[in-house]
Amino acid sequence: MNVFNTILVLAAAFLAVFGETVFSAPRHLFGAQIDLLPALMIYAALNTNVVSVSILAVAGGLWFDALSANPLGVTILPLFAIGFPICVQREFILRELPFAQLFLGALASALVPIFTILILLSGGNEPLLGWGSLWQWLVMTAGGAAATPILFALFDWCNHALGYQLRTESSFRQDREIHRDKNAK
Amino acid sequence: MFKRKNYFALGAVVLVTLAIFSLPPRATSRLKLAVSSLFLPLFGLANTAQQLPVTAADAILSRRELLKEVENLRRENQQLKFLQLQSAATARENDQLRAAIGWQKQMPWKLKLANVVLRDPANWWRTAQIDLGSRNGLTINLPILSPEGFLIGRVSSVDQFKSQIILIGDPNCRVSARVENPTHDIGVLGAGGPLDDSLVGLSYLSSGANLKSGQSVVTSGEGGIFPPGIPIGQIVDAQQVEFGLYTEARVKLNANLGALEEVWVLFP
Repeated sequence: MNVFNTILVLAAAFLAVFGETVFSAPRHLFGAQIDLLPALMIYAALNTNVVSVSILAVAGGLWFDALSANPLGVTILPLFAIGFPICVQREFILRELPFAQLFLGALASALVPIFTILILLSGGNEPLLGWGSLWQWLVMTAGGAAATPILFALFDWCNHALGYQLRTESSFRQDREIHRDKNAK
Repeated sequence: MFKRKNYFALGAVVLVTLAIFSLPPRATSRLKLAVSSLFLPLFGLANTAQQLPVTAADAILSRRELLKEVENLRRENQQLKFLQLQSAATARENDQLRAAIGWQKQMPWKLKLANVVLRDPANWWRTAQIDLGSRNGLTINLPILSPEGFLIGRVSSVDQFKSQIILIGDPNCRVSARVENPTHDIGVLGAGGPLDDSLVGLSYLSSGANLKSGQSVVTSGEGGIFPPGIPIGQIVDAQQVEFGLYTEARVKLNANLGALEEVWVLFP
């Protein structure tokens, strides 16, 4: 189940990065491109294990940076910095609730670009920043937040349709049945 | 709560990141190209999908409309041939005059058409990738023009099959530009705003620059990357900055950077 989930998340991350480079509709409509990797990281952190989170951070970060003007590897740590603590603490999170998914999606989508920009600035790079970046950040946060519950629903459906389901067993066992009978020995 | 597996994962990710950061620039760019080449099949697929409606529209056009279009194109072609003859005569005359006063002979521009295959997914860069690479003779720093002939950027990195271009307005794409006014003021075209990609800043103009709204801005030819005279945009407004030390202007670009589908690569 987890391997299938990991493959599914990685495939979605690959397609998400590709989609962000090809479909410019959010950029034209809202002035910013919406990043789906933080939302995917939230799904991975809540539904897979720490190994899958690490693989997603490394692969997703590399794919994103390879198609962008970012120096290679810059996006890995921000993604992991979001996914790792959530994965470790996930027992305390009501992950089935859409509100929790929405909140975590917003948090991740808000923090990943900030961490990335901080790493870029500390590396001496000059990203394009200004007052308009604040609007872009809000669009990215809102877009990522809205995308997270949708991704959860989509993955649940995929898991249900394509993955192996756990066989549900009844606790009733015929050999352990107590017969209340007059003739019973 | 904090199992050994978690420590291993944390250490592995940090190690991988540090290893990538510590790679020499050449190895990093090679690794970047290798990773980005994983997307090549998807780009091919996306291109085919984009061309499908055009092909379908061509297939259902009536013969009458096609004949009409052919006739229009034939007429346009004849007009262009006539214009070409005129411009060739002008170019010959120009060469003779340049030779007479000892100026260097002007070389005609060589252009190659390229398709824009992707835009930068990050909001803090203004770059794109085109479908021409080193096998098409591209090298870094070649100027990029819009289909209408306006400057839009330069080639920043080259792969075998595709290249990355930096568009005007990105902080890493600086252009020496000249204002077409009586004093021919020269400044540096730098970063634009994150939201509006049609406005960029023209800074380091002299404090006495005589700038008016609507004046054309072209490449100055200084810096060795962009040939002189390529139209860029028009002055919107100007103001003195740094206590009147120099003037800064806003330039509205002629090209629409948000809707680029095809671009020209200019070869020296």
